[in-house]
Amino acid sequence: MAATEVTETPAPVVAPDAGKRRSLTGYVLILPAAVWLGLFFVVPFYSLLANSLFDPNGSVLTGYKVTYHFANFWHALSDYHGPLLRSLWYAGVATAICLVIGYVLAYAIAMKAGRWKNVLLVLVVAPFFTSFLLRTLSWKLILGDNGWVVNTLQAVHVLGSNGRLLATPVAVIAGITYNFLPFMVLPIYASLEKVDGRLIEAAGDLYASPIRAFGKVTLPLSMPGVVGGTLLTFIPAAGDYINAALLGSPNQRMVGNVIQDLFTTTGDYAAAGALSVILMVIILALVVFYVRKSGTEELL
Amino acid sequence: MSQVPSPAAGGTSEGRDLELTQLTKEFASFTAVKSLDLVVPQGSFFALLGPSGCGKTTTLRMVAGLEQPTSGTIALGGHDITRTKPYRRPINTVFQNYALFPHLTIFENVAFGLKRRGVKQTHPQVQEILQLTELTEQAAKKPAQLSGGQQQRVALARALINRPEVLLLDEPLGALDLKLRRAMQLELKRIQTEVGLTFVHVTHDQEEAMTMADTIAVMNAGVIEQMGSPAELYDNPRTTFVANFLGQSNLVGGKILGADGDSVVVDMQGTKVSVPRQRAHSTSGAGWVGIRPEKVLVAPQGEEIDAPGNHMRDAVIVDASFIGVSTQYVVKMPWGQEMLAFEQNTGRRGVMAPGTKVDVSWRPEFSFLLDASQDVGAGREDA
Repeated sequence: MAATEVTETPAPVVAPDAGKRRSLTGYVLILPAAVWLGLFFVVPFYSLLANSLFDPNGSVLTGYKVTYHFANFWHALSDYHGPLLRSLWYAGVATAICLVIGYVLAYAIAMKAGRWKNVLLVLVVAPFFTSFLLRTLSWKLILGDNGWVVNTLQAVHVLGSNGRLLATPVAVIAGITYNFLPFMVLPIYASLEKVDGRLIEAAGDLYASPIRAFGKVTLPLSMPGVVGGTLLTFIPAAGDYINAALLGSPNQRMVGNVIQDLFTTTGDYAAAGALSVILMVIILALVVFYVRKSGTEELL
Repeated sequence: MSQVPSPAAGGTSEGRDLELTQLTKEFASFTAVKSLDLVVPQGSFFALLGPSGCGKTTTLRMVAGLEQPTSGTIALGGHDITRTKPYRRPINTVFQNYALFPHLTIFENVAFGLKRRGVKQTHPQVQEILQLTELTEQAAKKPAQLSGGQQQRVALARALINRPEVLLLDEPLGALDLKLRRAMQLELKRIQTEVGLTFVHVTHDQEEAMTMADTIAVMNAGVIEQMGSPAELYDNPRTTFVANFLGQSNLVGGKILGADGDSVVVDMQGTKVSVPRQRAHSTSGAGWVGIRPEKVLVAPQGEEIDAPGNHMRDAVIVDASFIGVSTQYVVKMPWGQEMLAFEQNTGRRGVMAPGTKVDVSWRPEFSFLLDASQDVGAGREDA
């Protein structure tokens, strides 16, 4: 707060109620963000939470009532723990693959690309100019039973003569990996870009070979990007349903597909709500654990 | 100031001297270092002094191995290390921006070099060097929590702990304020004497170079203009660049008349002045007679001046700045040139007001003579 009493140094001329006005200004400035957060986070979140506590006997015809029916959670868990675990598994594998590919790519762009840096960055983002759905559908063609990928793999006997890629976990994980790779690359790139090249020089000056310098300086300094990237990849991947729907079969159903069915086909809002809340809680717990573990709490 | 004989001759290269031979570095558009020959004797405090862009940092980076020379060799103790990877050289650097690892504590920063060389027990050594640099209390902190002076000491400790054969200092004091810089200069000098390592210090601050170094090499535009002890360079500069860059100089144009015994006589604007022969770097034609401002004596017209020899009358004081220990006068000479004269405020006389008519004089043995083909303003800070 601005001091209004006379001080030794010539203070800037301040109106007597300036302090009050300034604090009001703060609230006014925060208003748009608060409204946005209220409308698009608090309200939907409350509505989802209410859904999860609906009377499970409600229907579109008879209406729904919040009856604090906590058993919804147990039912959802016992009925759908398969897709739930599968989601975490697929998302985890895809995130790991994204991390490896993404780190190498981000490193190459940030450290080695020189004047091609911006071109490569645009190329990383370029897929976003096409819709998510279309891109995933294209993969359906590429990985199709008579596509060149399957034919080639069959020819070199990686796949049996009847082997396929579509409707397998491989296709779904590949789809997720492809679709979320940019979310991994960009934060890692941003982190690596900020790494001061002089620190790497200093490591070399202090007897660290290039590999040690990477392990002791570059990698630790890029951890915020790695953590950010894995979160941005894992969280949406765990809730994704388009890849499983288009590239998988009912055997690859992920929790997103289940929730979608429950909401739109079955109309079982209570189970859908409960499952969504469960997924959210699991992801939140994993994220907190992961962030704590990697020592980058400032991201939370 | 300690007077160490110039090692420029490089005759006795006993031990592990650092030797640069014909070292050249060309970048796409310009040559940063031109065929540099230099011997830094083991255990010396060597300063590479020059304005920014003179090639001194490039030279340092080549010694560290961070830059590959275009041609020429770098040898340490007779051993060619020109192509040796930086992490294999027994050389450490204190970087200009310190380049401390922000994710490591002070302790880990300092232990970094030892760890990379496979030293298991780093604790005693780290504690010792932290004590030497008065950082024991900061060991568990991260670099961002330290002040500039403390960070500078960490950078120094991190390099010193490895006992490199050569320690390179790349303007390590540039970011500190004046008072701290003075303190660190003395501190660095003390540590260097204590540990006895070869220090190569790059700086553009001539005062810093003179305070710390045994030997100074003045660099300009990729070449070494002159090398020697601080006193040698200051008293007997060989070029106008050195005369102006290292301290200040009055340079007065004159016609060289010829040698007379141990001195060279110059017709300086109608006055015959003599310059000792070993300080005359030109013996015919036109020349610049140089004299340091503190050696120029000024007295009100007609008053006795204790300086036999070069004596000039009819000068006028045009400006007087009182700066405590001394007064700096700008004196207009009869031929129109303005000269600087610094007078110690011994209390013998008050400050002479502008407009006072004065006589000007200096002892001939303090002057020097330079070739007039050089730019008189070369190396001036305001140039």
